[in-house]
Amino acid sequence: MNRYLAIVPAHNEVGAIAATIREINAAAREFDVLVIDDGSTDDTAAVALAAGARVVSLPFNVGIGAAVQCGYIYALMRGHEVAVQVDGDGQHDPRDIPRLLAVLNAERDTHLVTGSRFLPASGEGQAGQPGDGHRSTAYRRLGIAVFARVVSLLTHQRVTDPTSGYRMTDRIGIELFARDYPSDYPEVEAIVLAHTYALRTREVGVRMRPRSSGRSKISTSVSIYYLLKVLLAVSVSALRTHPQTEPGPLSEAAP
Amino acid sequence: MSLLAAARVTETTVTFQRVGVIVFAAVVFVLVFELVRRRALMERYALLWLAAAVVLVVLAVWRGLLTSVSGSLHIYTPVNALFAAGFVFAIALLLHFSMVISRLSEQNKILAQRLALLDERVGGLEQGTARGNGDARVDSGTQAAGKR
Repeated sequence: MNRYLAIVPAHNEVGAIAATIREINAAAREFDVLVIDDGSTDDTAAVALAAGARVVSLPFNVGIGAAVQCGYIYALMRGHEVAVQVDGDGQHDPRDIPRLLAVLNAERDTHLVTGSRFLPASGEGQAGQPGDGHRSTAYRRLGIAVFARVVSLLTHQRVTDPTSGYRMTDRIGIELFARDYPSDYPEVEAIVLAHTYALRTREVGVRMRPRSSGRSKISTSVSIYYLLKVLLAVSVSALRTHPQTEPGPLSEAAP
Repeated sequence: MSLLAAARVTETTVTFQRVGVIVFAAVVFVLVFELVRRRALMERYALLWLAAAVVLVVLAVWRGLLTSVSGSLHIYTPVNALFAAGFVFAIALLLHFSMVISRLSEQNKILAQRLALLDERVGGLEQGTARGNGDARVDSGTQAAGKR
């Protein structure tokens, strides 16, 4: 077993999952690949297994937050030291994993590294594109800008891409997220959550590609709900003096 | 003469209404008991509905109770006091159910996660056992999930 784990949440990503797994294996050999099949109705799980990944299949669709948290619980139970989230739809380029890892390992007080599409991706000399390529809508860009502003204020540091799901965390972050992870649209809240627990976070510029299969879960009409829900959650979590942890999964789950 | 007739008509109407309310409460009673009997409704919620039905019966039987209660609350029309109470009851109930659903969703999520993780672990263990039982073929391409 490797020391590191790549958590790949996938919901009906049969078209992209095998390529994603192969790319991670090629770009980051020291990472085990764990696909969290979030109640897919297609052959995502079988294809991922055939591609050599470990697969945890949720019995029904529980949403991205709970799926990713499942990966963190796995990492906690199996003793992985570092976990990186890589979307199963091909948006995240696994070639950035070594750069995230280098930053995480170099800065001892940094516990969470997020891949930002708005910072220049070093090495390529090419700035990340605003939004994710041509698929980005004006609403989404506005939403990301609002979140970036709010999260920057709350965490007292510049955060450019709080909605990015491309992130890497160390053992301390794994332990936190295994216990407490937001449910739907978790990315923004997770940063604030880490900050609440005094974990230092950092961004690294990455390239993001247009998704190669599936479709975005966030339509324009849903994005207003997304905005309000996350703003509520973030402000509530800022008001919590004692961070809330949920009862359950860890008390008896350790092997 | 006409005044007396009007009074009699009002009296009949009120009696009719009271009987109606009592019949309605009785129907609620029977329905709730039947649901509990079929295990379609848990006792803790059944008690709530039975209590609501009891309140209706008390108001119907105890003449003047509603009038005096609404009077003490400075509500001039007794029926408005009834509506207000019913509305608050319904809102409180809805909020309570939202809380119950939130908790159930959370527990549901935890169960799904644990089930999926155990499933993966059992799969890995079974694979390991199968190999141990004479299946000497070592499949280097697949990573045994349960391997440590």
